[in-house]
Order: sequence, then structure tokens, then C-alpha cells
Amino acid sequence: MAYILISDDSVSMRRMLSFTLAEANHEVMQAGDGEQALELARQHQFDLVITDVNMPLLDGLSLVRELRALPNYRYKPILLLTTETDPEKKQQARSVGATGWILKPFNPDKLLAAVRKVLGH
Amino acid sequence: MAIDMTEVQQLFYEESYEGLDNMESILLDLEVGTMDKEITNSIFRVVHSIKGGAGIFKFDRVVTFAHVAETLLDEMRNGQHVVTQHLIDLLLNSVDVLRMMLGSLQGEKTLIIKEVEACQHQLEAVLKKNQEIKTTSPEVSPVAATPAEPPPPPSLPVVTNSQKIWNIHFKPYPSLLKTGNDPLNLFRELSNLGELTVTVDTRNLPDFKELVAENCYLAWELNLCSSAELNEIQEIFEWVEGDCDLKITLTSESVPVSDRPPASELSGGVTESTPPEPDGRPTIATVEIPPLVASEPPQVVAATVHEQIPTPPQDSLKIESSPVVTIQEENASVLATSPAKVQIKESSSEKNNLSNTGQQHNSETSSIRVGIDKIDALINMVGELVITQSMLDQVGQSFDAARIIQLRDGLAQLERNTRELQESVMRIRMLPIGFSFNRFPRLVHDLSSQLGKKVELKLSGEHTELDKTVLEKMSDPLVHLVRNALDHGIEMPAQRLAAGKPEVGMLKLHAFHQSGSIIIQISDDGAGIDTDKVLQKARNLGLIHSEENLTEEQLYELIFHPGLSTATQVSDLSGRGVGMDVVRRNIRALGGTIDVKSKRGKGSTFNIRLPLTLAILDGQLVRIGHDIYILSLLSIIESLRVNPKYVNALAGRAEVYKLRDEYIPILRLYELFDIPATTTKLEEGLLVIVEGDGQKIGLFVDELLSQQQIVIKSLESNYKQIQGVSGATILGDGNVALILDVAGIIQLFHHRTNYLTRHHSIISSSHVATMTI
Repeated sequence: MAYILISDDSVSMRRMLSFTLAEANHEVMQAGDGEQALELARQHQFDLVITDVNMPLLDGLSLVRELRALPNYRYKPILLLTTETDPEKKQQARSVGATGWILKPFNPDKLLAAVRKVLGH
Repeated sequence: MAIDMTEVQQLFYEESYEGLDNMESILLDLEVGTMDKEITNSIFRVVHSIKGGAGIFKFDRVVTFAHVAETLLDEMRNGQHVVTQHLIDLLLNSVDVLRMMLGSLQGEKTLIIKEVEACQHQLEAVLKKNQEIKTTSPEVSPVAATPAEPPPPPSLPVVTNSQKIWNIHFKPYPSLLKTGNDPLNLFRELSNLGELTVTVDTRNLPDFKELVAENCYLAWELNLCSSAELNEIQEIFEWVEGDCDLKITLTSESVPVSDRPPASELSGGVTESTPPEPDGRPTIATVEIPPLVASEPPQVVAATVHEQIPTPPQDSLKIESSPVVTIQEENASVLATSPAKVQIKESSSEKNNLSNTGQQHNSETSSIRVGIDKIDALINMVGELVITQSMLDQVGQSFDAARIIQLRDGLAQLERNTRELQESVMRIRMLPIGFSFNRFPRLVHDLSSQLGKKVELKLSGEHTELDKTVLEKMSDPLVHLVRNALDHGIEMPAQRLAAGKPEVGMLKLHAFHQSGSIIIQISDDGAGIDTDKVLQKARNLGLIHSEENLTEEQLYELIFHPGLSTATQVSDLSGRGVGMDVVRRNIRALGGTIDVKSKRGKGSTFNIRLPLTLAILDGQLVRIGHDIYILSLLSIIESLRVNPKYVNALAGRAEVYKLRDEYIPILRLYELFDIPATTTKLEEGLLVIVEGDGQKIGLFVDELLSQQQIVIKSLESNYKQIQGVSGATILGDGNVALILDVAGIIQLFHHRTNYLTRHHSIISSSHVATMTI
């Protein structure tokens, strides 16, 4: 069981994520934009952050950059949700410090596999 | 994993429609030639979310279409396109297409594939990287939704059930750990594919003094005995590509599973390997891979790692294609430039707030979104109610006369709690009228370009809240009025200039509260109502006598007349079967009124007055015999004691009362309901003058009782519909009282007395008189 923060401006996506993760016995917190996610990340100690790239107020890549600047999140896994298959975008994601990415659309199994990959359980 | 997706799907629809409404209104505000990053970005996100959600539910056609639109918007936000009217129209068209596709998925609309394709082609034509999208994205083909992993290279023979030995050279760059990747996790994943032996290479470990704890100095040689294909292994390393040197080599292949030799024999120089433990735990556990996270001091790493220099297997068997995969940091330039590209300036534009608005879509399973504050207020209120209840409980347990004050206080508090609770619950049903207003920018945009007119639309008071049902039912009448204003009100630009008016016409929608009602005003600065034409039509139709002189207000009222409104409104836009009479009927059905003020050459203003809610009304209790009935306070004009000398009995049994200059028909309710009355003498009871459906009538009742808020209980759902009765309620003493429907009663009355036909002259004068509201 891990404590996971998900950040996405789409309610249905958040619902889908939190539902899937909760089914796998993870504890989930939700943020609707990057700023909110950052604020929650400061207040709580998450084991994993999963964030969308395109969000209002603070986009996903900037969020990753901000999180990496926080002592508690320097080595924490952070996964980006993206529809981009463009290698350039992936490079961008890496350069800001994202651990990896989950390609949208994904099915629950794929999401959980990615979570297992970074959490080890 | 099986997850019930219907709920999420419903959420997806709601959200998508809301997003599309936002997108539409943003597009309509977009100015040609401008480039606001945040605005395009917010549109981008709408399409992006739809694409993402549609992908989950495998709505492939939506994904394909959204992908093309998204690509265009991506180019726009990167400044590759200047906003042109064509682009705006194209994107608006895309909004429609997406709505249609979503609607068809819900089974509410039919999908016209031609439209989808046409729009998609247009979008593709605009794309700068048209070529790219065709080659890089498999989504353009209508069947394939983004495959998450690359398809296996075709040259690799697909031999199932055969084991291969993969040699993996993995040398992370020192920075690898900074992305949160942990080699241990990668090894675990690999070990899930087959037997894994791991050898660590510590040659690059610096002296302790120079060691930076956060860097990764280790390299690994991995041998994997597995039936996995190259791409499966590559996928595991996908996230660290570019942060490491990686070579994956096939050393031997096609070893049938049955006679698979032990892993130790195959792994060449590596001696540390052990077979997997029976519980299937990864073999790496035996190789003592130190934890690589920063929490462990690095010197411990050095101490526990076996001092062993790996000897990579020789004579790697190579397959013709390229099983050797070397991933290098090739595009350093990308790295350098990309962050600038990513940082999209979040301009503090007002448009940010747009995400809160959105139009309402009443699907069959209609739901309502309620702000948290409203729910909190409700919970708060219930809490207080509980407190009051326990207080009363205490009083009741040991009650004596001395505690009567406490009881009275408690009851007063209970009353306050109940009222507040009621108000809070009612507030849940209230929605801002913006939900309804938001569709008009698009309507005006489309209609004005269709008509060749220039119109500016101004919305105000969008936050005025009204009952959800009222809001939904007001939708069509409002559209009709706006259409009318554009079609008949506002003139062509040339005409306007000739009349000394600005070329651009002004259409205003304004909503506000006024004494317990909602007022919606629709005003234009167009030509106004042509009263001569209206009068002419009315005379032709025989609605009024040619010699009759009508006041201006009475003339305007005529446009609400069924026969007339359709007759004067023939144009290419109208003729949809909704006339002003229907508008008025709809509004009256909601317990509202509509009137119009107009000035030739200056414009017209329609005023709609609506009740705040349909579930509660301010009622006047009246007594007839032993029964109590309720009249809506809004319908009552005045109540008076009858002066017999003003009562005229007309031929038959109809009576009229002369009130100032009007003749008002008298209806004895006890007669209508056939119940015993206390008195049949008019001067002993009271006459309540009410208005419904534009006509006044005097209702004769025994007595007026109190006024109070009435919770309406539907008669239809509990019993059946009865003409003249709009519902029922339960009174304080537990009795049921019927709520009278004034318009229905007037109809009943006319039906009974046949008043209209026999006394045409009087009814027509009273009819006209009632129009002065």
C-alpha cells in the first residue's frame, strides 16, 4: 500500500485513476491542477506522484520541476500521464526529473503495472 | 481488473460537454490576429482531456478526431498559426462534430460520418506538420487507438515457448537517480520476465572523499534467460533511456523450454548466479544489490558489493536486424531548448475563470452539480436541528409549567432551523442562469453571420440563480426571443448607418432578482415593433374592431396572440412552429409573465418575470365553506368587499363586477366546486381579484386566512391531474389543501358559462384591459 498523489484537471480521469489505485489498496489524494498538487505535496509525504501534463495554473512538467526542488521529493517516483508519443516530449519529461510516463489511454492493468514498476509492490 | 466504468463514463460525458461549451465560448471571444498562449492552452486542454478519456473507453473515432484537432491546437499554442476567422470557424465546427460524436455514443444523436470526415480533412489541411501526423501517429487510421508500446520489430522471429539468453549492459549516468528511477526496480521487472543474474561493476566508484551520495557510479551486467522479446526488455528500460548506456544483446536463442539448461551454465563468466527461490522471488535477492536510494549511505554500497569484475559473454549471437540497442544522449540540443518551450506563461487572463462556467446538458439521468459551500451549509443546518431536537427532548422528559418558556424558545428555534434548512435545500436546486446564457454567444455569432448583420451580445447577471427546472424550461423561449431580436429587431448594417445608428447592433441579456422573482430582460437597439403592421394584421384577422383605438401597450400585447404572431413573423429563420404565443404559454406554465416595451427605431425590450422556484410558493389561504384552498400570492391583484351596486348580472347567470373602469367576471368558487358555502350573498364574502393567462377574474370566497409558504405536492404523481388545481399541500393541522390554478380556473369558467361567445364585446374589452399588466 502506498500513499499516492494524482493530479489531473479532468474529473473523469481523476476518478478513473483513484478508483483503480484504491482497488489496488493504495491510498489516493487528488489535485485538480498543478498548484494544488504542489500544495498537497508540501503538506503530505506521498510515495508516488502521478500527474497529467496539460493542466491549468501549473502544468505537469513545471510541477515535476517544483517537486524535485523539494527535499522530500528529490528521489520520489513521479509519473507523467501523457498522450504524446513524441520522443522529444519524453526527453523533456526526463530533463525535468520525471521518473517515467504512462501513455494515455491506458487500461487499469497498465496503470498498476507502471505503479508496481516504481514502487516495487 | 474489472471496474464498473459506467459511472466514470457518465462523468466523462458531462465533463466533455462542459469543456466543449467552454471551448466554444473562448473561441467566440478569440480575436482574429491575436495569440494568447493561455487561451489556446485552455482550449488545447479541453480537446486533450476528451482524447484521453475517449481513449480509456475505446471511443476510437473520437480519439482519432480529437488527435487531429489537438495537433492543430498544439501548433497554435506554439505560435505556428495566426488566429484567422477561418481557424475559429473550423474549431467551432470541430466543437460541433465532437458534440455530435459524444451524443451519438450516448445514443442521443445520430452520427453523420461525412461531417466528421469533412471537418477532419479541413483540420488536417491546416496542419503544418501534416506529413508528420500521418507518419508518426497511428491514430489517424480510424481503427487504431494509440498503442502504448511500439510493435515488435518485424524482423525478429516470433518464437514462443523458447528461451533466449539476453545480455544487458546497463551503465547509468550519475544523474539517473535524480529522476526517481531505481535500478533495483528495473531488475525486479526484468526478473519477472525470466531468470536474471546480476553482476555489478564498481570500477567507477570514486574515492570516498570525492563520492557524491546522490550520484550513481555503478554499472551492471545482466543476463536474462527468458522467452521475452527485445521490445519487452526495452520497455522496462524505457524510462531510463537517455540516462544511461544500454546495450541489449542476444547471446543465444531458441532454447526450447523443455531442455533448458540451468541458468548458471549459460551465464558464462558469471558465477554468482543462483536459481530462483521457490517462491518466485527475484534472483537478484541473492546478489546483494545494495539499495540505491539516497537514504543509504554510499560507503555501505561499496562495502557490500562483491568485488568482481564481470566478464561479458563473448561471441554474441547476432540477429540480422539490430538486436544491439545503444541508447545515447543524442540530442543535447533538445535538452537545452526544451524547457523554454515547455514553460507556458500563465497569463492572469480572465479566461482562467471560464473553467468554472459551462452549459448544462440535461441527459436522461439528470444530475446536478452542487457547490461544496451549499452542502456544507446544509450539514451545518442539520447539526443545529439535532441540537434543537435534543434540547426539546430534554424539556419533554420532565415537563412542568415552569419550563413552558424553554419549550417556547425551543419551538422558535426549531422553526428557524426548519426554515433555514428548507432554504438551504432549495438552494441546491438553484443554478446560475449563466448555464442558459452561455449558449447565446455561439447562436448570435452563427446567426448574425448568416443574416449578414453585425451584432454585439452583452450578457450580464449570469450569476443570478434560479431553479433548475425553470432554467431548463426557459431555454427554448429565450432562444426564440434572441432569434427574433436578431431576425426582426436588429437591422442590416447599411440600414443602421442610414438611421444614424452605429453599424454594430447591440443585443443585451440581463438577469436580476426583484422582489422574490427573477427578471430576465432581452433588449435590442433595433427597429422596434412596427405597430402599424401589427394593427393591420390584427384587423385583418378580426381580432380587433377597425374603429377601436388601442394604446401602444395594448398593441404590443397583440404580438403574443396566437394567430398574429406567426403571421407577422414569416422569414427564412422563423417558421419553426414556435411563435410568441408559445413563448408566453411556456413562461406562464412556469408561473411567470412576459411583456414587451418597444420604441420605433430605438429597439425593443422583453421583460420576463419568473418565480424563484417551482417547489414552494407564497400562498394565500382562503376559506370556502369548511374547506381551505390556496391561491398563489403572485396571482392575486387585490381583494375587496363587494359593493352590491357595482355588480351587474348579465344575461344568463354570469355576473360582472365593475371595478374602476373594468368589468371583471365573478366566479363563485363554491358553485364551481359544488360545495356548501357559508354564504351565497356576495356582500357577505370577499372577492379576490386574480389574474391568470392574461385575464382577470373575481373569485368569490368566504374568508381570507393567513399567508404562508406552501410546499407544493404534485397531485399528478399522487392522484391525477385535475383542471383548475395545480397541486396540493399539507397544512399545519395535517389537513390537505388544494392549490388553485388560476389560469385553469378561468378556462373552466369560460367553458361553463360559454361567456366568450355570447358576450363578445364585453370580453374583448376586458380582454384588452387585462393586457395592461
